[in-house]
Amino acid sequence: MSQTVTPYLEMSQAIMEAGGEALKKCYQCGTCSGTCPWTPITHFNIRKLVRYGQLGLDGIEDFMWGCSTCRFCVERCPRGVELIDIVTAIRNVYSGGGMLPQSLRAFVGSLSARGNPWSGDPAARNDWAKEKYPVYAPGMDYLFWTCCTVCYDPRNMRLAKAAAEILNLAGVSWGMPSPDINCCGESLRKVGDAELFERLRGKNLDYFKSNEVSRIITVSPHCLATFNNDYGADYDVTHFSELMSQWIRDGKLVPKKDFGGLTVTYHDPCYLGRHSKVYDAPRDILKALPGVAFVEMERNSEESMCCGGGGGGLWTEKAKGERLSDLRIEEAMGTGAKVLATACPYCITMFEDSARTLNVDGRIQIRDVTELLLESLEINIDEPVGDACAV
Amino acid sequence: MSRIGVFVCHCGLNIAKTVRVSELAQFASTLPDVVVAKDYKFMCSTPGQEMIANDIREHRLDRVIVTACSPLMHEQTFRKVLAASGLNQYLLTIVNIREQVSWVTHDLDEGTAKAKALLNGAVSRSRLLMPLTSRVIDVNPDVMVLGGGIAGIQAALELANTGRKVYLVEKNSTIGGHMAQFDKTFPTLDCSACILTPKMDSVLQHKNIQLMTSCEVSEVKGFVGNFDITIRQKARYVDHNKCNACLACTEKCPGKSVSEWDEGLVKRKAIYIPFPQAVPQKPVIDREACTFFKKGKCRLCEKVCEQKAIDFGEQDTFSTVKVGAVIVATGYDLMDTRDLIQYGYGKYPGVYNALEVERLFNSAGPTSGKVTLRDGSEPKAIAILHCIGSRDKNSHEHCSRVCCMYSLKFAHLFKEKTSADVYQFYIDIRAAGKGYEEFYNRIIEEDVKFIRGKVARVAKSVDEPDRLIVEAEDTITGKFIKLPVDMVVLSPAMIPRSNAKDVARLFNLSTDKQGFFMERHPKLAPLSTMSEGVFIAGVCQSPKDIPDTVAQANGAAAEALTIVVKDKLELEATTVMVNPASCCACQNCVRVCPYGAPFFNEPKGVSEINEALCKGCGLCASVCPSSAIIARHFTNEQVLAEMEGLMEF
Repeated sequence: MSQTVTPYLEMSQAIMEAGGEALKKCYQCGTCSGTCPWTPITHFNIRKLVRYGQLGLDGIEDFMWGCSTCRFCVERCPRGVELIDIVTAIRNVYSGGGMLPQSLRAFVGSLSARGNPWSGDPAARNDWAKEKYPVYAPGMDYLFWTCCTVCYDPRNMRLAKAAAEILNLAGVSWGMPSPDINCCGESLRKVGDAELFERLRGKNLDYFKSNEVSRIITVSPHCLATFNNDYGADYDVTHFSELMSQWIRDGKLVPKKDFGGLTVTYHDPCYLGRHSKVYDAPRDILKALPGVAFVEMERNSEESMCCGGGGGGLWTEKAKGERLSDLRIEEAMGTGAKVLATACPYCITMFEDSARTLNVDGRIQIRDVTELLLESLEINIDEPVGDACAV
Repeated sequence: MSRIGVFVCHCGLNIAKTVRVSELAQFASTLPDVVVAKDYKFMCSTPGQEMIANDIREHRLDRVIVTACSPLMHEQTFRKVLAASGLNQYLLTIVNIREQVSWVTHDLDEGTAKAKALLNGAVSRSRLLMPLTSRVIDVNPDVMVLGGGIAGIQAALELANTGRKVYLVEKNSTIGGHMAQFDKTFPTLDCSACILTPKMDSVLQHKNIQLMTSCEVSEVKGFVGNFDITIRQKARYVDHNKCNACLACTEKCPGKSVSEWDEGLVKRKAIYIPFPQAVPQKPVIDREACTFFKKGKCRLCEKVCEQKAIDFGEQDTFSTVKVGAVIVATGYDLMDTRDLIQYGYGKYPGVYNALEVERLFNSAGPTSGKVTLRDGSEPKAIAILHCIGSRDKNSHEHCSRVCCMYSLKFAHLFKEKTSADVYQFYIDIRAAGKGYEEFYNRIIEEDVKFIRGKVARVAKSVDEPDRLIVEAEDTITGKFIKLPVDMVVLSPAMIPRSNAKDVARLFNLSTDKQGFFMERHPKLAPLSTMSEGVFIAGVCQSPKDIPDTVAQANGAAAEALTIVVKDKLELEATTVMVNPASCCACQNCVRVCPYGAPFFNEPKGVSEINEALCKGCGLCASVCPSSAIIARHFTNEQVLAEMEGLMEF
């Protein structure tokens, strides 16, 4: 490849117009790339991405898909550069030119044709509920927004059920959306398809409006963050972990089952932690479970590691040695934890995959805090965690 | 009938690019009473001033309007032109069409229209202006310098050498400031103590300097030429008149506290002098650490003191000094880097801040100048991290300006005193002073490794638990670096002293976004403040190195001298007066005045004005319900006429 390049400022201009205005602020200090969890393990370099964007250089497409939008760099950037906006803008500009990677084409295609990223039949969206749980109607306390991933991914259906059972136990009136809604569009927006995102958003907002929705519960921090930050509408959106920890504090839910000294650690999902600033609620739940020995990983809370599933990463193949979820599982196991708890269906999918491919699924269990709470309430929809790990 | 001359300045293109200046002059000539209207490229230049003077004579002008920049810039310039031409200087009107017009629009039409409106108002008001006589006051010849660091010391000595009496007020028990903590100074590497301590001693010996340590300003009254400043002498519990500095007390004292002087690296006694070369070299008792104050018994110091100088009953005392000018030189603090969790300061013992390292290098420091870690071992690899909390929107946006240079100095001293590998993690090297680039080159040749990349994280090493890992991207190769080191040095942001807000309030100083004191003009009045007679020097104004600080201190001394060198001072005539017949005795004026100028005359039952204190801001006039207060130069009639002129547009 030739080492001679010419700045192409029209391209840089296009990126800025697509929302990457922050390009201008960057002074290339390397805080972002030093902070980015990908830098040590892949050729992706967020600083270079910005630099190529500033000058509109060819070759940007080599690393534009590496970012999982974990927001660590944004929090640390001394210039206040909204790097995720730049990544999104660059992807928007380039994917418009047909540069979408193969693995993401199915994802975008499914969202376009079926309104969900999992090629699921839209009519089957609520099949996980087996008609056991109510559909939202005006006047109910909460709309339990079931993320596409908990509706279609068999592993995450357990999370959907656990949340539904806990909602029933808490005695609130709630319903899930009817199947004519579609994906919140969070990952799609980060992949750069602003146009399709607008379509999904519009349809969901119509649903909220026509059903007089005012309070929304999400189990996915991705839905949470995008409703709060990108929908431009004023709904009361809460992550389910916050409600559960509130209900425990209020004595509405009383964890009973003794886990018998089970060591549990917690992974902060990027979109719950850095994106939404919820750090305590999931920890409070775990600490309220009898017989759970809660341990922190070295990188936690504001400094938490990313699982790699954001920004389209969940639908992108990564070679062995280039998977953040593998590193995170190893870090979790290093604490002696038998359970890696988290609060996000994307993280669960990433970790379940890693636990299997690393061949450690017999040594560490992946659980959402919702599932652990349900188990402690002695409602069984799942194999008991404590017993499985006692082996 | 008035005879008004209007002079429109282009200010090069500053005004002319967004105001059609000749059209403005043409417009002026159509206004009633305007007998001459001209435009010119630089009205403040000598030919511009001469043009105005000629026209005053030729056209027998009795009012002059200059449409130009802010009156803060050149009102005095043009007033002098009027005075020299035999016109009362208060018959001048400045219309600000630069800061308020040309600099705030890009649109020629908009700019020209607004300039015309402002000028129309000014012509209406100008007719009603009255000649005023300036007041002349006596000036106190003495000066107060607040802060005993290198800036305060330098300013005090310069002033004292001219024969002025100087009060040098320092809140700590010694003067010397941060400079006294350093070992070497960049770029010459001369010994800090060798150049500073003689100056500290000169302060002590100087017959014109009254050194007031352990003192703080508690109240400021008065105004330029005549400040009355109340100073709180904090109780030292040692009578410094009796003490002969034998220091037997400090040896016997069982009480301990951390040494501020040594940046907390070691302890000091409860009765102590901060360091052996302290000035004055007499101890004070730290009440918080003293066994007697804590437990009610001990008094060992009292027993060993042959001079009977210990006085546990001492109280804070207050005294008032009268001065004509003030120099504020309160210096800086380093930011607390504990909140920046990624660098591990306060968590890992191997992480130091810059001032701690200065103490490690110093032969009078806790390690007698040996560079050792907290466990006594010598570091084998050292990383110096630039821009910690500086140039950072999450902490402090400003560049602290000296860190690049002292980091280079550190690297040199590390190389000299240890066999360690030394790494600099930087964003840009800013070496813009005299001899600084040469110093940078010298350090490069000493085989210091420069890594261009801001450090993202300092972590504990997994393989070698006693060591640290520094993580950063080398932005030149694009490689992620994990560097094992034994010592990490942070170069934190320099920030205003923690009590800078109080000082600003006492002296009516403005502060910038970062809390540093604001100069009156960034280029033309960098040492003056908006408070007449109060000057600033050193880092309290913005981060700077020792040469710049000393230069500023000299400059501030000269500025202060221009005031106190005179016997008399001419003050603005634009004060207020009370018409006693209309005064309703509500005393609103007494309550709102920030300068304490109005007072209530009980026997007469009316408010009166101390004109010496009045700054003519007009606050009292605006709250006076019976319009008894008249602001000279801004009477109701004058202001209303200007408003009408504006609104005709």
